[in-house]
Amino acid sequence: MLKVQGLFTEYPNERGQVVKAAQDVSFEVPEGKLFTLLGPSGCGKTTTLRSIAGLERPRAGEISVGDRVVYSSSRNIFVAPNRRGFGMVFQSYAIWPHMNVFQNAAFPLEVGQRRLSRKEIRDKVMRVLTAVQLESFADREATKLSGGQQQRLALARALVMEPELLLLDEPLSNLDAKLRELMRFELKRLQRELRITTVYVTHDQSEALALSHSIAVMSEGHIQQIGTPREIYERPRTQFVADFVGTTNFVDGTVLGPGAAPGHFRIRTEFGDVEVLSDDSLRSNDRVVLSVRPEDVELAETRPDGDNVWEARVDQKVFLGEFVDFQVKLASRILLSRCHPSLRTPVGDALYVKLHPEKCIALKAA
Amino acid sequence: MQAAGYPAMTAAAPAPWRSFDLKWIVIGVCVVFTVYIAVIPLAFLLWQSFFTPHTAAKAARFTLNNYAQAYGSTETLRLFWNSVQFSTGTAILAFVLGTGLAWMNERTNTPFKALFFALSIIPLIIPGILFTVAWILLGSPKIGIINLALQHWFGLEQPLFNVYSLWGMIWVDGLHYSPMAFLLMTAAFRAMDPSLEESATMSGANIFQVAWRVTLKLTWPAILATLLILFVRAIESFEVPALLGLPVGIHVFTSSIYQAVHRYPSQIGLASAYAMTLLAITTIGVYFVSRLSSAGNRYATMTGKGFRPRPIDLGPWRWVAAAIFIVYFLLIVVLPFLVLLWSSFQKFYSVPSWQALQNLTLDPYRFIFTYPNLSRSVWNTLVLSLGSATVIMLVTSVICWIVVKTKLPGRWLLDNIASLPMVFPGLVLGLSIMIFYLNVDVGIYGTIWIMFIAYVTRFMPYGLRYNTASMLQIHKELEESAAMSGASWGTTFRRVILPLLKPGLLAGWIYVMIVSVRELSSSILLYSPGTEVLSITIWELWENGQYVELSALGVLFILALFFLVMLAQWLGKKFGIKE
Repeated sequence: MLKVQGLFTEYPNERGQVVKAAQDVSFEVPEGKLFTLLGPSGCGKTTTLRSIAGLERPRAGEISVGDRVVYSSSRNIFVAPNRRGFGMVFQSYAIWPHMNVFQNAAFPLEVGQRRLSRKEIRDKVMRVLTAVQLESFADREATKLSGGQQQRLALARALVMEPELLLLDEPLSNLDAKLRELMRFELKRLQRELRITTVYVTHDQSEALALSHSIAVMSEGHIQQIGTPREIYERPRTQFVADFVGTTNFVDGTVLGPGAAPGHFRIRTEFGDVEVLSDDSLRSNDRVVLSVRPEDVELAETRPDGDNVWEARVDQKVFLGEFVDFQVKLASRILLSRCHPSLRTPVGDALYVKLHPEKCIALKAA
Repeated sequence: MQAAGYPAMTAAAPAPWRSFDLKWIVIGVCVVFTVYIAVIPLAFLLWQSFFTPHTAAKAARFTLNNYAQAYGSTETLRLFWNSVQFSTGTAILAFVLGTGLAWMNERTNTPFKALFFALSIIPLIIPGILFTVAWILLGSPKIGIINLALQHWFGLEQPLFNVYSLWGMIWVDGLHYSPMAFLLMTAAFRAMDPSLEESATMSGANIFQVAWRVTLKLTWPAILATLLILFVRAIESFEVPALLGLPVGIHVFTSSIYQAVHRYPSQIGLASAYAMTLLAITTIGVYFVSRLSSAGNRYATMTGKGFRPRPIDLGPWRWVAAAIFIVYFLLIVVLPFLVLLWSSFQKFYSVPSWQALQNLTLDPYRFIFTYPNLSRSVWNTLVLSLGSATVIMLVTSVICWIVVKTKLPGRWLLDNIASLPMVFPGLVLGLSIMIFYLNVDVGIYGTIWIMFIAYVTRFMPYGLRYNTASMLQIHKELEESAAMSGASWGTTFRRVILPLLKPGLLAGWIYVMIVSVRELSSSILLYSPGTEVLSITIWELWENGQYVELSALGVLFILALFFLVMLAQWLGKKFGIKE
C-alpha cells in the first residue's frame, strides 16, 4: 500500500551543516498493517516519517500510496502535505489550545476538500470521539485534558477524515509509564479494528515489539533490518540490531567450520567451542560475534544433556521479583543470564551453563 | 573558621547570626533604595499637580487650577485626540511592518535572511533623535531629498510628502519602532510549537487557513500585547513630536509637557497635570500588557522536540518578499545613515548635486572635535552610563534574589515597585525628579547626580528583567549546598549566585549602558550647563541650526554605538547568552 523507495532526505542544521537524515531508505507497508520505524534519536526515523507526511522535502526517491505517487524526484512530483490526506499524530500532540475538544477534532473536516454539512461533521466527529472514549468531553477546553486524553484527542483528529495512511510520531513518549502501557493496548486494538495502514515511529523497543506487524530498525540514516517483531528479536542481522532491541551478551569468536545442521556453524570462543546459527554464509577463520539473549542462557546445578554445556561460577546475582539476573563467569568471560527465581545458587558456587545452538546467533564482526 | 579549613561543628554557632546580620543590611539597603527611587518622585508629581508653584515669596497652596487649566480648554481635547491618533497610527504601522517581516523571516524561504539580523540591532544603534533628523533631511517639503528627487523625476510642482504633519510623524515613529515589533513578534512565533501549524497542514488546511485559523488565533495575545506596547512607546516618544510636530503646531502630551516647562515662567503645575494623564494612560497600557502576557502563557506550548518548522516555499513570490525587505532596509538604515553622512561632509547643508559634491569638506568634523562641549558631554555620557549600568545590575540582582529565591512576605510588592519605572515616560520621570529635588534641596539639583538618579530609575526594570531571567535558572540546591558547605549568605551570594548570574549580568549591563548612552527625554529636563550628555549636545546643535555639525557628530555617534553593540553581541556569544 505505502511504498517508499530510495529515499534520501537532508537538511541544514542551525549551523548550516548538512544533516544526512535519511539515506537510501526503502520499505513497503501492506494494506492495514502497522509498520514501525525503530531507532535511537537522530537515526532519521522522524525525518523519514515527515518525508512521507510531506512536511520535509526529500532530495531523492519516490513515495507512493496505493497507485497515487505523492513524491517522486525523477518525475518531479511533490504533493503538498495538506493535499495528501494522511492523518498524523505528533509527539507533542499539537492540540490547539484555542479550540475545545470538538473543534479540534472537527478541524480536518472543516478545512478539507470535501464540503460537509454541519450534521455530517457532527456525526463523524462524535463517532470518532466515541471510538477514543472522549464523547463525554466534547465541549471541554482542550487545555483541560489530561495527557492521555490529549493523546486520544490527537488520534481522533488524525482519524476523523478517514485517512488512507496514519502517521504516528512517538505518540506515547510523553505519557507516564502506567498510562503508556494502557495506551499501547488501546492503540493496538484501534489499529487492528479499523485496519488502517499505519507508520509508527518510536525509540522504545518494547513499544515496537508490542504493536507492530513489522519493524524497520534504523541507525544513522540507514535501515539496518526489516522484519517481524520475532525475527528482529530472535534473528538480528547486525550487532546494532541485537544490541538496540533487547539485552544481549556479545562474545567474540572465530569460525571453525560448518556445524551439525544446515545453517549451523562451530565457532571458537575464549570459553570453548560453540555450536551456533547464522544467516550469513560463514567460512573458516571468519571473525564473528556471538549474540545470545540472557533468557537463553540456561543455568542448572546438575549437568544438563547435550552440546554447548560448560561449567561456570556465580559472580553476582540480583533478585528482581519475577526473575533473578545472574552474572556467571565462564573462563574470564562474564555472561548475563535471566532465570526463574527458584534457582538459588549462592554467589561463588559452581553451576552449569547451557546455550541452545538455535539461540546463539553469529554475526559478522564489524 | 574558614581560614582554619574546618567548618567545625562547635564553631558554627556565631556564624549564623553574623551572616544573618549582613544579609539583612544588604537586603535592607537595596529595598530602601529601590522604594525611594521608584516611589518618591511619583508621589511628588502627584502632589505638585495639586499645588501652586513653591517660590521664595509664596508658599505652595492647594489648588485644582492645574487640572482645570489642563482639562478646561478644548485645546486639551485636541491634544488628547492628537496623541491618540499619533500613537495608534504609529503602533499600527510599526506592527504591520514588524509582523510582516517577522513572518517572512521565521516562516518563509525569503532570500537575504542574514540581513534580518540587522533588524535586531538597528533600534539600538540609531537613536530616535538622529533618525528623526535624518528623516527631516529626507522628507521635508523644502530640502527633503526624496521629495526633490521625486519632483524632479515626475516633474511635479508640489512636494509629494511632508514630514511635518501627523502622517509624517506617524511614518517616522512607526518606522523607528518597527524593529521592536519585529523582535516581539519573532519571539511570539518562536514560542509556538511548530507542530501546531503542521498538524493543521496535515489536516488538509492550506497556507491561509493555517495562518488565519491557527497561527493568528494562537498569537492573538502576543499581537494585542505588541500593539499595546507599541502604543505606549509611541505616546511616550518625545523626539518625533518635538522635532516634527512642534514647528507646525501639532501638540501631543510629551511635547506639551516640554513646552509647559520651558515656557517663561515655567508652568510646572500644568506640566504635572499633563504628566499625570500621560502616566495614567501608560499605566493602564502596561497593566493590560502584563495581563495579556500571563494569558498568553496558557497558549505558549513549548513541548515536544521543537522540530524546526519547514519554511513555506513562496516560489517566485520570494523575490517580491526580498524586494519589500530591501526597500524597508533602505528606508530604515541605509538612507538615514547616508543622508547624515552626506550632510556631515558639507560646509552648509545642501541637497546632493554635482556642485555640492565638489565642495566636500571635513570642516564639520573639525568643528566637532574642537567643540568645547563635546569632550565634556562624552565624559558625562560615559560616566553616567557606566555608573548607572553597574549600580542597576548590582541592586537588581539582590532585588530579584529576594523576589525569586526567598519567601519573604511582600516580595511581589517589591517586584512591582522595582518595575514601576517602566510606566514612566522619560519626560514624566524627568519632570517628577526635577520637582522632587527642587523642593527637597539636598544639593544635587543641577549636578550630574540628578541625571544619575534619573537613569538608574528609568532603566532599573531592564536590569531586573535580565537578572530575573538568569536567576530563575539557578537551582535552589546550588545555594543550599553552598550553605551546607559552611558558606555564609554573603559568601554564597558573592561566590555562587553572582558568578552564575554573570552572563545575564553582563548582557544586562551592556544593554543598560547602550540605552543610557542614547537617553534624551529625561535628560532634557534635568541637564544644566556643564552636565550635558551626547544626546543633549545633538539636541542643542539642532536648536542652533548647526545641521552639518550635528550630522558629523551623529555619524560618529552611530559608529560608536555600532561598535558597542557588536561588542555586546560578541560577548553574548562568548558567554552563551541567547536573547
